[in-house]
Amino acid sequence: MISSALIFASLCFGVGQLLCLYRVVFAPGVADRVLALDTMTINMIALITLFGIFYDTAVYFEATLLFALVGFVSTVAYAKFILRGDIIE
Amino acid sequence: MELIAEILISIILVVAGIFGLVGSYGLVKLPDAMTRLHAPTKAATLGVGGVLIASLIWFLVLSEHHASWHELLITILIFLTAPITGLMIAKSNLHLTWLPEDLPQPPNGGQWATFDEGKIPPALQEEHDPESLRGD
Repeated sequence: MISSALIFASLCFGVGQLLCLYRVVFAPGVADRVLALDTMTINMIALITLFGIFYDTAVYFEATLLFALVGFVSTVAYAKFILRGDIIE
Repeated sequence: MELIAEILISIILVVAGIFGLVGSYGLVKLPDAMTRLHAPTKAATLGVGGVLIASLIWFLVLSEHHASWHELLITILIFLTAPITGLMIAKSNLHLTWLPEDLPQPPNGGQWATFDEGKIPPALQEEHDPESLRGD
Protein backbone atom coordinates (compact mmCIF):
# COMPACT_ATOMS: atom_id res chain seq x y z
CA MET A 1 0.00 0.00 0.00
CA ILE A 2 2.76 2.41 0.92
CA SER A 3 4.75 1.54 -2.20
CA SER A 4 1.85 2.41 -4.52
CA ALA A 5 1.26 5.65 -2.62
CA LEU A 6 4.99 6.40 -2.95
CA ILE A 7 4.87 5.77 -6.70
CA PHE A 8 1.78 7.99 -7.02
CA ALA A 9 3.41 10.83 -5.07
CA SER A 10 6.65 10.49 -7.03
CA LEU A 11 4.69 10.65 -10.30
CA CYS A 12 2.85 13.77 -9.12
CA PHE A 13 6.04 15.55 -8.11
CA GLY A 14 7.83 14.38 -11.27
CA VAL A 15 5.08 15.77 -13.50
CA GLY A 16 5.20 18.96 -11.42
CA GLN A 17 8.94 19.13 -12.00
CA LEU A 18 8.38 18.89 -15.77
CA LEU A 19 5.75 21.65 -15.64
CA CYS A 20 8.21 23.85 -13.74
CA LEU A 21 10.90 23.09 -16.32
CA TYR A 22 8.47 24.18 -19.06
CA ARG A 23 7.88 27.41 -17.13
CA VAL A 24 11.64 27.99 -16.73
CA VAL A 25 12.16 27.68 -20.50
CA PHE A 26 9.02 29.51 -21.72
CA ALA A 27 8.52 32.20 -19.06
CA PRO A 28 6.94 35.60 -19.82
CA GLY A 29 9.20 37.42 -17.37
CA VAL A 30 12.38 36.96 -15.40
CA ALA A 31 10.59 36.87 -12.02
CA ASP A 32 8.55 33.89 -13.25
CA ARG A 33 11.77 32.06 -14.06
CA VAL A 34 13.06 32.63 -10.55
CA LEU A 35 9.74 31.45 -9.11
CA ALA A 36 9.83 28.31 -11.27
CA LEU A 37 13.41 27.57 -10.14
CA ASP A 38 12.33 27.93 -6.51
CA THR A 39 9.44 25.54 -7.10
CA MET A 40 11.86 23.11 -8.73
CA THR A 41 14.00 23.03 -5.58
CA ILE A 42 10.90 22.48 -3.43
CA ASN A 43 9.71 19.63 -5.66
CA MET A 44 13.20 18.14 -5.65
CA ILE A 45 13.20 18.10 -1.83
CA ALA A 46 9.97 16.10 -1.94
CA LEU A 47 11.41 13.69 -4.54
CA ILE A 48 14.59 13.06 -2.52
CA THR A 49 12.53 12.42 0.63
CA LEU A 50 10.28 9.98 -1.25
CA PHE A 51 13.40 8.23 -2.57
CA GLY A 52 14.66 7.93 1.01
CA ILE A 53 11.39 6.31 2.13
CA PHE A 54 11.43 4.00 -0.89
CA TYR A 55 14.90 2.62 -0.13
CA ASP A 56 14.38 2.88 3.66
CA THR A 57 17.51 4.88 4.38
CA ALA A 58 18.08 8.09 6.33
CA VAL A 59 21.21 9.05 4.39
CA TYR A 60 19.49 11.60 2.17
CA PHE A 61 18.27 14.00 4.86
CA GLU A 62 21.49 15.96 4.89
CA ALA A 63 21.23 16.37 1.11
CA THR A 64 17.63 17.51 1.53
CA LEU A 65 18.57 20.05 4.18
CA LEU A 66 21.37 21.42 2.00
CA PHE A 67 18.99 21.61 -0.96
CA ALA A 68 16.46 23.59 1.09
CA LEU A 69 19.10 26.04 2.32
CA VAL A 70 20.80 26.58 -1.03
CA GLY A 71 17.44 26.93 -2.82
CA PHE A 72 16.30 29.63 -0.41
CA VAL A 73 19.56 31.57 -0.56
CA SER A 74 19.76 31.41 -4.36
CA THR A 75 16.15 32.57 -4.78
CA VAL A 76 16.70 35.52 -2.46
CA ALA A 77 19.95 36.38 -4.27
CA TYR A 78 18.21 36.30 -7.68
CA ALA A 79 15.35 38.47 -6.40
CA LYS A 80 17.79 40.91 -4.80
CA PHE A 81 19.70 41.11 -8.07
CA ILE A 82 16.49 41.91 -9.98
CA LEU A 83 15.50 44.52 -7.41
CA ARG A 84 18.74 46.42 -6.90
CA GLY A 85 21.12 45.30 -9.65
CA ASP A 86 23.52 44.10 -6.97
CA ILE A 87 23.45 41.34 -4.37
CA ILE A 88 25.62 42.75 -1.59
CA GLU A 89 25.65 46.54 -1.58
CA MET B 1 -0.65 0.01 15.03
CA GLU B 2 1.47 -0.65 12.00
CA LEU B 3 -1.58 -0.99 9.75
CA ILE B 4 -2.92 2.34 11.02
CA ALA B 5 0.45 3.95 10.36
CA GLU B 6 0.56 2.50 6.85
CA ILE B 7 -2.93 3.82 6.04
CA LEU B 8 -2.05 7.22 7.52
CA ILE B 9 1.21 7.44 5.57
CA SER B 10 -0.50 6.41 2.32
CA ILE B 11 -3.27 9.00 2.73
CA ILE B 12 -0.79 11.76 3.57
CA LEU B 13 1.41 10.83 0.61
CA VAL B 14 -1.48 10.85 -1.87
CA VAL B 15 -2.82 14.18 -0.58
CA ALA B 16 0.68 15.70 -0.59
CA GLY B 17 1.30 14.48 -4.14
CA ILE B 18 -1.95 16.06 -5.35
CA PHE B 19 -1.07 19.32 -3.58
CA GLY B 20 2.39 19.36 -5.14
CA LEU B 21 0.99 18.68 -8.61
CA VAL B 22 -1.63 21.42 -8.22
CA GLY B 23 1.07 23.84 -7.09
CA SER B 24 3.24 23.17 -10.12
CA TYR B 25 0.29 23.11 -12.53
CA GLY B 26 -0.88 26.47 -11.21
CA LEU B 27 2.50 27.90 -12.15
CA VAL B 28 1.76 27.08 -15.79
CA LYS B 29 -2.00 27.63 -15.81
CA LEU B 30 -2.68 30.88 -13.95
CA PRO B 31 -2.99 34.04 -16.04
CA ASP B 32 -0.60 36.70 -14.67
CA ALA B 33 2.57 36.98 -12.65
CA MET B 34 1.09 37.96 -9.29
CA THR B 35 -1.53 35.18 -9.32
CA ARG B 36 1.08 32.68 -10.46
CA LEU B 37 2.94 33.47 -7.26
CA HIS B 38 0.13 31.93 -5.18
CA ALA B 39 0.34 28.37 -6.47
CA PRO B 40 3.92 27.35 -5.59
CA THR B 41 4.26 29.35 -2.38
CA LYS B 42 1.17 27.79 -0.86
CA ALA B 43 0.20 24.50 -2.50
CA ALA B 44 3.68 23.16 -3.27
CA THR B 45 4.94 24.07 0.21
CA LEU B 46 2.02 22.20 1.75
CA GLY B 47 2.78 19.21 -0.50
CA VAL B 48 6.41 19.08 0.61
CA GLY B 49 5.35 19.45 4.24
CA GLY B 50 3.00 16.47 3.82
CA VAL B 51 5.75 14.31 2.30
CA LEU B 52 8.14 15.21 5.13
CA ILE B 53 5.52 14.41 7.80
CA ALA B 54 4.82 11.07 6.10
CA SER B 55 8.57 10.38 6.21
CA LEU B 56 8.61 11.29 9.92
CA ILE B 57 5.81 8.79 10.69
CA TRP B 58 7.49 6.14 8.51
CA PHE B 59 10.81 6.29 10.37
CA LEU B 60 9.08 6.62 13.76
CA VAL B 61 6.66 3.69 13.53
CA LEU B 62 7.73 1.33 10.76
CA SER B 63 11.44 1.61 10.13
CA GLU B 64 13.70 2.73 12.96
CA HIS B 65 11.27 3.04 15.91
CA HIS B 66 12.65 6.36 16.98
CA ALA B 67 11.89 9.77 15.60
CA SER B 68 14.48 11.38 13.35
CA TRP B 69 14.17 15.10 13.75
CA HIS B 70 15.69 15.95 10.38
CA GLU B 71 12.27 16.03 8.70
CA LEU B 72 10.84 18.38 11.28
CA LEU B 73 13.86 20.64 10.83
CA ILE B 74 13.43 20.68 7.03
CA THR B 75 9.67 21.27 7.36
CA ILE B 76 10.20 24.22 9.69
CA LEU B 77 12.90 25.60 7.39
CA ILE B 78 10.67 25.39 4.32
CA PHE B 79 7.65 26.85 6.11
CA LEU B 80 9.79 29.74 7.37
CA THR B 81 11.51 30.49 4.06
CA ALA B 82 8.55 30.12 1.64
CA PRO B 83 6.87 33.43 2.67
CA ILE B 84 10.21 35.25 2.37
CA THR B 85 10.84 33.99 -1.17
CA GLY B 86 7.21 34.85 -2.01
CA LEU B 87 7.73 38.39 -0.73
CA MET B 88 11.00 38.84 -2.63
CA ILE B 89 9.52 37.61 -5.92
CA ALA B 90 6.39 39.74 -5.41
CA LYS B 91 8.63 42.77 -4.90
CA SER B 92 10.57 42.02 -8.06
CA ASN B 93 7.27 41.65 -9.96
CA LEU B 94 6.24 45.03 -8.57
CA HIS B 95 9.57 46.50 -9.61
CA LEU B 96 9.43 45.09 -13.14
CA THR B 97 5.78 45.70 -14.08
CA TRP B 98 4.61 48.85 -12.24
CA LEU B 99 5.56 52.47 -12.71
CA PRO B 100 6.71 54.32 -9.57
CA GLU B 101 3.89 56.91 -10.03
CA ASP B 102 1.18 54.23 -9.89
CA LEU B 103 2.28 52.84 -6.54
CA PRO B 104 0.98 54.25 -3.24
CA GLN B 105 3.61 56.51 -1.74
CA PRO B 106 5.48 55.33 1.35
CA PRO B 107 5.31 57.51 4.49
CA ASN B 108 7.90 60.23 5.34
CA GLY B 109 8.06 61.46 1.77
CA GLY B 110 10.59 58.90 0.62
CA GLN B 111 10.63 56.66 -2.42
CA TRP B 112 10.32 52.88 -2.48
CA ALA B 113 13.74 51.31 -1.98
CA THR B 114 13.56 49.41 -5.27
CA PHE B 115 13.12 52.63 -7.28
CA ASP B 116 15.58 54.64 -5.23
CA GLU B 117 18.88 55.32 -6.97
CA GLY B 118 21.16 53.92 -4.29
CA LYS B 119 20.57 56.73 -1.81
CA ILE B 120 22.96 56.65 1.14
CA PRO B 121 21.23 56.87 4.55
CA PRO B 122 22.12 60.04 6.56
CA ALA B 123 24.01 58.09 9.21
CA LEU B 124 26.50 56.83 6.63
CA GLN B 125 26.81 60.00 4.58
CA GLU B 126 30.00 61.22 6.25
CA GLU B 127 31.74 57.93 5.59
CA HIS B 128 30.70 57.94 1.95
CA ASP B 129 31.31 61.62 1.33
CA PRO B 130 33.09 61.74 -2.04
CA GLU B 131 34.97 64.89 -1.01
CA SER B 132 36.62 63.17 1.92
CA LEU B 133 37.43 60.11 -0.18
CA ARG B 134 39.24 62.19 -2.76
CA GLY B 135 41.84 63.39 -0.24
CA ASP B 136 44.72 65.66 -1.03
